[in-house]
Amino acid sequence: MQPHSADFPARAADALTDPDLRRALTKFKTGFPVNRARAVANLPEFEALRDAAKAVKDHTLSHLDHYLEAFEARVRDSGGHVHWARDAAEARSIILRLATERDARLIAKGKSMVSEEIGLNAALEAAGIKAVETDLGEYILQIRGEVPSHIVAPALHLSKEQVAADFRRTHTHLPPDRPLDQPTDLLAEARGELRDVFLNADIGITGANFLVAETGSTIIVTNEGNGDLTQTLSRCHIVLTGIEKVVPTLADATLMLRLLARSATGQEITAYTTFSTGPRRADDADGPREFHVVLLDNGRSALLGTEMQEVLRCIRCGACMNHCPVYHAVGGHAYGWVYPGPIGAALDPALIGVKEARHLPNASTFCGKCESVCPVKIPLPKIMHRWREVEFERRLSPPSVRQGLWAWALFAKRPRLYRLVTAIAMRVMGWMGKEGAFKSLPLAGGWTGTRDFPAPQGRTFQSLYKDRRHG
Amino acid sequence: MPPANPPKVGLLVTCLVDLFRPAVGFAAVTLLERAGCQVTVPSQSCCGQPAWNNGDRTTAEALARTMIQAFEGCDYVVAPSGSCSGMLRKHYPELFRDDPAWAARAAALADRTWELTRFLTDIMGMDTAIPGFAGTVTYHDSCSGLREMGVKEQPRRLLASLPGVDLTEMQGADVCCGFGGTFCVKYPDISTHMVTEKVEAIVGTGADTLLAGDLGCLMNMAGRLSRLGHDIDVRHVAEVLAGDPDTAPIGRAEG
Repeated sequence: MQPHSADFPARAADALTDPDLRRALTKFKTGFPVNRARAVANLPEFEALRDAAKAVKDHTLSHLDHYLEAFEARVRDSGGHVHWARDAAEARSIILRLATERDARLIAKGKSMVSEEIGLNAALEAAGIKAVETDLGEYILQIRGEVPSHIVAPALHLSKEQVAADFRRTHTHLPPDRPLDQPTDLLAEARGELRDVFLNADIGITGANFLVAETGSTIIVTNEGNGDLTQTLSRCHIVLTGIEKVVPTLADATLMLRLLARSATGQEITAYTTFSTGPRRADDADGPREFHVVLLDNGRSALLGTEMQEVLRCIRCGACMNHCPVYHAVGGHAYGWVYPGPIGAALDPALIGVKEARHLPNASTFCGKCESVCPVKIPLPKIMHRWREVEFERRLSPPSVRQGLWAWALFAKRPRLYRLVTAIAMRVMGWMGKEGAFKSLPLAGGWTGTRDFPAPQGRTFQSLYKDRRHG
Repeated sequence: MPPANPPKVGLLVTCLVDLFRPAVGFAAVTLLERAGCQVTVPSQSCCGQPAWNNGDRTTAEALARTMIQAFEGCDYVVAPSGSCSGMLRKHYPELFRDDPAWAARAAALADRTWELTRFLTDIMGMDTAIPGFAGTVTYHDSCSGLREMGVKEQPRRLLASLPGVDLTEMQGADVCCGFGGTFCVKYPDISTHMVTEKVEAIVGTGADTLLAGDLGCLMNMAGRLSRLGHDIDVRHVAEVLAGDPDTAPIGRAEG
């Protein structure tokens, strides 16, 4: 997917004045967080599970080569194939090759953020292969030509009325006067449309929430069952995922599963949790005849051994964005790339470059809410902060910020000069602001455009305190 | 070495209190002395947080060295701010992680640094504040105080000890007000949206006074409240706990 993250300020401004988005986000911000809080309250060991999951992920990332090779060996033992993709282009060409070798015309797709990351649908379409998203939210977005605005609830920015209009526009073979008022109507219609896709797809592509090194299994969690149909009904199942998804054992995977749904949607567990281990065996009743796993690096391994490594613990639950006041304000599309919210601000600079993503780590108040709900305790503000340092080192931060800091530091580094200058400045400001606050101030339009600026009392504390001590 | 009795407390005034609202500094001194501390105010400028938050490590380090030297002789460093105390406690050690000598000095200072209300209650055992202020108040949890410095029930406990003060909680008291240091001017549209939602929550309580423990957040909320025409007083919690009803609220003319 082509990033638009450099346009963050303009995209955010648009988002803040979009009435449909405002309605959707108002509803959204009280949904998942409330459900998560209830789920956490019902599980006394939740905090201990977070620590355990963090430890499992840290251990795995410290030995990532070992666990990935173990995973590959087990996949091969069970009759499957593992393909290594250094970047998005390699991942696309691997999948295109697999598809063309099998003369595939129709591909059913389960929900996969990594497929968004590599721009898979566009590549398949360019090769004349039709790929149909089978997750309801993703299906709606595909009809609209949009990208997800959230990693778990991709179409949360839309209302059911918008979706009904899209279905009427697209599904022209259905009676125009059919009722589409209820979510169940929409669901039934999408299900009807997708049935043929499941039955006729030459290949099914899914992502993976976890990879299990000891068994060579891939795991997906869904609430719609579309992932199961995608991967069991076609001849060939391709799993596309990032290298950081591997965990050592089944026990580790179940630990993660206990955290994932609770953190994401507040469910104890999703409706479907599906383990895939190799292709159909001789005595299996169903399943794909071929099983391929495409493992994508795309900048991830470069984070290993750095201060940013911790971001690779992410299990893509979306809790950070569900609780982020900036995400609540602007929604996911403002971030301009696949992974929005705090995890995007921490991860995207590594995947699309610091220059393109430079706004994202800055568009945070460092309120720390994201870190407080992260199931694997990623220090998201700390990682965003580290990116800000990289930006400053590479002179990517705005000149106004750099010059402002320079001027301020000139005084702040010299306490005596600082006290003298500030004492005079506050006297002047206090005198000018006798009304109590400024309606406007030079060079402070960012503040006074929408807020009064409280005037200082007039004397600085340090000068008053000195006077009182000696007076 | 255990702290002296009475402990020597260095007041980290914070830039905003020093420059804009010295009344908060004096309230902090009053409270610390009431709690039995010997208060000292080392000559100081800024803890370096604006530089740190904008990725300027060199400037942040220079300022941090000055502050560490200024406060090293104190048993404790206490600030009427979760954000600035959080800078010393959480970020100074990160700042010097590659400089063992300064890292040790930073860590020693970090361990002794506290936010004011938490220090008064949890360290000095203060359980009653100083009467003098009366009114219905609501309290905003500033992010750094809450999540970096563990400040949540301490200011509320002290407020509850005041006979004339009624606390009404707002919806989402722990949601960021949109200040975020330079965030508020780097992304003013988003910041304004956040503080507008905060204002709705504040107004919804019917309280006549908004309190918080960080002057940056308070100036942000006071500025938006008054721009939108809401007649709600805004004060730092220390002023109320020190029984100071005389200083004009933030953003209001004296007298």
